[in-house]
Amino acid sequence: MTKRFLCIICPNSCLIEVDYTQRGVRRIGGSLCKKGDDYVQKELFFPTRVLTSSLRVTNGELPLVSVKTNQPIPKAKIMEIMKILRQTTASAPIKIGDILIKSVAQTGADIVATKGIKGGTS
Amino acid sequence: MLKSLCDLLIIGGGPAGLAAAIAAKEAGVEDLLIVEREDYLGGILNQCIHDGFGLEIFKESLTGPEYAAKFFSKVKKLRIPVMTKTMVISMNQTKEVILSSKNRLLQLRAKAIILAMGCRERTGAAVGIPGPRPAGIYTAGVAQNLINIRNIMIGKRVLILGSGDIGLIMARSLTLEGARVLAVVEILPYPSGLPRNIVQCLEDFNIPLFLSHTVVNIEGDGRVDSVAIARVGSRGGIVPGTKQRISCDTLLLSVGLIPENELSRQAGVILDEKTLGPVVDENGETNIPGVFACGNVLQVHDLVDYATIEARRVGESAASYLMGRRKRGRRIRTQFGHGLRYLLPQWISDQNDVILSMRVSSPGKDKTLLIKDGKRLIKEVFYRSVNPAEMLRVRLKREDLYGIDGFKVTIK
Ligand SMILES: Cc1cc2nc3c(=O)[nH]c(=O)nc-3n(C[C@H](O)[C@H](O)[C@H](O)COP(=O)(O)OP(=O)(O)OC[C@H]3O[C@@H](n4cnc5c(N)ncnc54)[C@H](O)[C@@H]3O)c2cc1C
Ligand code: SF4
Repeated sequence: MTKRFLCIICPNSCLIEVDYTQRGVRRIGGSLCKKGDDYVQKELFFPTRVLTSSLRVTNGELPLVSVKTNQPIPKAKIMEIMKILRQTTASAPIKIGDILIKSVAQTGADIVATKGIKGGTS
Repeated sequence: MLKSLCDLLIIGGGPAGLAAAIAAKEAGVEDLLIVEREDYLGGILNQCIHDGFGLEIFKESLTGPEYAAKFFSKVKKLRIPVMTKTMVISMNQTKEVILSSKNRLLQLRAKAIILAMGCRERTGAAVGIPGPRPAGIYTAGVAQNLINIRNIMIGKRVLILGSGDIGLIMARSLTLEGARVLAVVEILPYPSGLPRNIVQCLEDFNIPLFLSHTVVNIEGDGRVDSVAIARVGSRGGIVPGTKQRISCDTLLLSVGLIPENELSRQAGVILDEKTLGPVVDENGETNIPGVFACGNVLQVHDLVDYATIEARRVGESAASYLMGRRKRGRRIRTQFGHGLRYLLPQWISDQNDVILSMRVSSPGKDKTLLIKDGKRLIKEVFYRSVNPAEMLRVRLKREDLYGIDGFKVTIK
């Protein structure tokens, strides 16, 4: 199979073409540096993302706290984790960096607060 | 009306205002004040809960609120006075402003002012679309605020007009929150957002991007129930027979940002017709001595890091101005030509290193940027790839500027 990727690692935006099978890359071309080849390898066989979203908050001055996974999670797990986030509430006060869910969906990544929420009413 | 004085007034508590205030304080300005109309400092960063901020300055990918928090603690530590829930409602040439706070008006006279009001969203494109105006039409930034700060979902089936970064980020965010994003429609033949966002916000979720397309009609009684889109030809007209109807309940507009310059205009600050921000020199100083501008009010930034870097320099310059430490040089006009949409600053002296920032007119590969004084080549920079979505920055050393009469920047 061949597939094309726009490398997003730097502004050079190389268009990388890769010929691959399930077992690995056969041929790769178009990148200006090794970072691009690594990026494509990863996107093909194990794409990961940092997921950012919000959790509902009880007893806070605001109704939501913004959160992220503290390390990249497999792309395929995004929707599963979103479902968990929708079913979870956090209780204020919350400090930036607080762990709100440990190892979400057994990924080893924690859900951490990306801002502080003071106690209040809502 | 209460009256007051201060050395340095910073209008706007977003990342630009905060960085400028910190730099000014660190350079020795004691009597300064940040005024912010919202309840909190941080500006647009508060609602940008995605990551990708800070790669340049902090060498890590932070979310908007995390990036802002780094500056909040610095402002606190330096004991920089802040007034939130306070809006500057007028400003004049003598640097007198009127602040409105809790139904109270306050008159303030500053020796120097830093404009850091950010930008607002364009809505103009929507005005020309035929059809009724049902509920369910939002600008992308307003939608972002409702979803990320207020916990209000805006719709279930969404079409997005414009491929600017906010629209792309919102396409992902709406999808994650359970809505269906039917397509992003872009009138230009290329996307206007960053490649990173095209890949991670659209391709990740199989959201189609219709280039060279626009919205031609909005239908719905009370609430949007469908939107018609069509292909746009190379001369800008609608290509006959390409119209298609997309049933949706929400239309999001992400058609660009405009620097927020009502106050600047009022005070007589000269604006650039391309950037729509003030005309400035390398210190960020406008035509009114002691009035400076930085961040999105000066030019719309794609990366907050560059807004921060620009603002730091402006904060330092305001400090030099206040302390009478400024070197007065010649005034040299900068010009741009082929391939560029704009160039900042518009004026330079020959007293400092200068950072030029600019955007290209259209995407391209293997381009050379030339900076020339007549026939003399001052600097040449090669780019593998250029894109209007990514601001270009070029540093010129003070030595490069000796004896020149002006220069012109082009890209070929
Ligand atoms: C949706 C979106 C996504 C982005 N994504 C990224 C990204 O992934 N990575 C990245 O690096 N950058 C990103 N950016 C860019 C970055 O956020 C901006 O460059 C930066 O926020 C600009 O800062 P600023 O301080 O100039 O403006 P703002 O953040 O807009 O702050 C201006 C402040 O001034 C206040 N103000 C305005 N007028 C007045 C007045 N009259 N009186 C008192 N206060 C006033 C406003 O309330 C506001 O708080 C994004 C921007 C947007 C909009
Ligand atoms: S391949 Fe290397 S040079 Fe090309 S875009 Fe990726 S990181 Fe940049």
